[in-house]
Amino acid sequence: MNFFVIGVNHKTAPVEVRERFAIPEAKLPDALRELTSIPGVEEGMIVSTCNRVEIIARATNGKCDLREFVRKYYGLEPNDFQKYLFEHREKAAVHHLFRVASSLDSMVVGEPQILGQVKEAYAVARAVGAVQSQLDALLTRAFAVAKKVRSETAVASSSVSVASVAVDLAKKIFGDLDGKAVYLVGAGKMCELAARHLLAHGAGKIYVANRTFERAVALARKFNGEAVPFEKLYETVEKADIIISSTGAPHAIFRKEHGEHFLKVRKNRPMFFIDIAVPRDIDPKLNDLDGIFVYDIDDLQQVVSSHIGDRKREAERAEELVAEEVERFESKLQTLNVVPTIVSLQEHLETVRQAEIDRLRGRLGELSPEQEMAVEALTKGIINKIMHTPITTLKTAAREQEATTVVDLVRKLFNLRAEQKAEQKSAAKEDAVGAVVGEESHRRNTSEG
Amino acid sequence: MPILWLRIATILYAVGLLYALLLLTKRGEWLSKIAVPAVGLGMVFHFVSLTELTISESYVELLTIRHAESAMALLIGCVFMFLFVRYRVTSPGIFVFPLMFFLTFASEIAQRPPATNSPMVRSWLIPVHVALLLIGYAALFLSFISSLLYILQARSLKSKTPASLFSRLPALEVVDQVGYKALLFGFPFMTFGLIAGSVVAQAKIGAFYFLDPKVLLSILMWGVYMVLLYTRWSSGWRGRRAAYLATFAFAAAVCAWAANAISTVHRFINP
Repeated sequence: MNFFVIGVNHKTAPVEVRERFAIPEAKLPDALRELTSIPGVEEGMIVSTCNRVEIIARATNGKCDLREFVRKYYGLEPNDFQKYLFEHREKAAVHHLFRVASSLDSMVVGEPQILGQVKEAYAVARAVGAVQSQLDALLTRAFAVAKKVRSETAVASSSVSVASVAVDLAKKIFGDLDGKAVYLVGAGKMCELAARHLLAHGAGKIYVANRTFERAVALARKFNGEAVPFEKLYETVEKADIIISSTGAPHAIFRKEHGEHFLKVRKNRPMFFIDIAVPRDIDPKLNDLDGIFVYDIDDLQQVVSSHIGDRKREAERAEELVAEEVERFESKLQTLNVVPTIVSLQEHLETVRQAEIDRLRGRLGELSPEQEMAVEALTKGIINKIMHTPITTLKTAAREQEATTVVDLVRKLFNLRAEQKAEQKSAAKEDAVGAVVGEESHRRNTSEG
Repeated sequence: MPILWLRIATILYAVGLLYALLLLTKRGEWLSKIAVPAVGLGMVFHFVSLTELTISESYVELLTIRHAESAMALLIGCVFMFLFVRYRVTSPGIFVFPLMFFLTFASEIAQRPPATNSPMVRSWLIPVHVALLLIGYAALFLSFISSLLYILQARSLKSKTPASLFSRLPALEVVDQVGYKALLFGFPFMTFGLIAGSVVAQAKIGAFYFLDPKVLLSILMWGVYMVLLYTRWSSGWRGRRAAYLATFAFAAAVCAWAANAISTVHRFINP
């Protein structure tokens, strides 16, 4: 398979180390050129995000030293960073790349950004010509696997952060959040974060009340909202559908009687209270009222952890799926290994055919165009008939252990020389990749270049 | 022919029934894509069946309980489909599909009743009365279903461990809107339907018609219906309280529906 990966990620290296390896997008083309200039490296690609730097390569003869790239490009001695670096080769490298693209290797398993980041890295590498044939096939397959994982498992379907769970719950109550008013009680960071999430999902007006009025004004300005003096809290809260509270108050700010009053004023339209303060700002008894829903930080956390549990279970299924896909990809690639032999076999027999026709031409005399065509058809037909069995045998053998034996045997039988093999390998590759690994990648290859 | 169309409709409704049953065991996901189209197709056959019947045997046929049942199922389906198109909610189907199936099935296996010879059915107001009330009943039923769904969703939200069965339930405000709209929509039909009936009864039987049990139950149902609308409009009652009222109105409606047996006003067949 000849694939190699070296890199650092959030599991192997702390952020200080990852920073040293990160390559900004602008410098990526240069880095790629450097990578493909390493002896033995035929194709290469670099994925650099805040959580990982992955240097992926395919070697011509199964040998390449990606540490050399680390040495040359970063000017770092790889041995000094031994404990932070991970390395995979051959099948393990394919497996690793499939996992990364499917977001199984992410810090938050199932997060959707990584696939986009890998796609961007791939686009850059293609643009500079660092990705061509087999690596292209590998990446195309990796994207397909990622899509399959996403659609066939629920690994990315549930929210796993407190803020996004809050948004989900708000949607369960209000349907869409368009035009819903949000009231922030307290001007803390958590309030701000949750409000930002709600706004991103369509929430309308924002009110902010804080004991220090200036801070309320400052936060309200950020969201283009309205600051309310804390004394007016109880008169204004009922204007909001979603209330996020995170004050440092030692006892509850909102009690059941407040809730009853709000509901009366609001004609029983539901309200969603999110209490992220410790000690709590909202009396849990408020939740007993019809139409008022109170979630405190533990409730939200509980939903988050149940979702994380779900994702873990789904991730196990996804891992199985990825493992299957690695096997499938491997067997397809193995077929690729016999392609040069098939091509030289075809070339060899074609040369023989041409030579024989030329030799006989004198004896045949002048031929009419029809006769010329008949001779062509006859000779080509014989060759195709003869070649059919060896080619099928080669293709079948490619998937088995005995591939090399069969390849050698065919070469010996037809006296296919080694030089021929090397020559034709590169010529045959472009087509062969498309034909054997995936029609899709082939089509792209031909249409773009 | 109408019977054949009705049978096909029943079979298609059975798909909806199966979907509803499987949903309760959390395994209905795979059917979700075909259940609504199947029921929709069933409704087309059903409509054809009822139309043929009305043309061939006159509207009087519709007055018999078996065809009223079947027409009712079709109307409930129509209201469901309207709400499905407007709000993209399928969860009322959990209740609506089985009901449609059983109403149609019951009407299909029912014995053909003896021909009616009551002079009352000759009034043109009678089919109007029946049609308006059927639509009113269908809307009331949908509204009742919505309040049940509202309670289920509210309970799942309050329990704080959102159960997977209810994760498919539509948002609270959406069910609420569905219920309220159905209620608003049905009220004029219900009201004018009752008025139409009263006019006929007044003319044929005299002022005492309202002492008839079916008439009394209908008036009671209409009263509760109005209270339901009023409380929703004036103080936004929803959730549990609205569901109690809706259940009450619905129960009254079912009793009124079933009261033909003890009603003299609605007995069209002279012994």
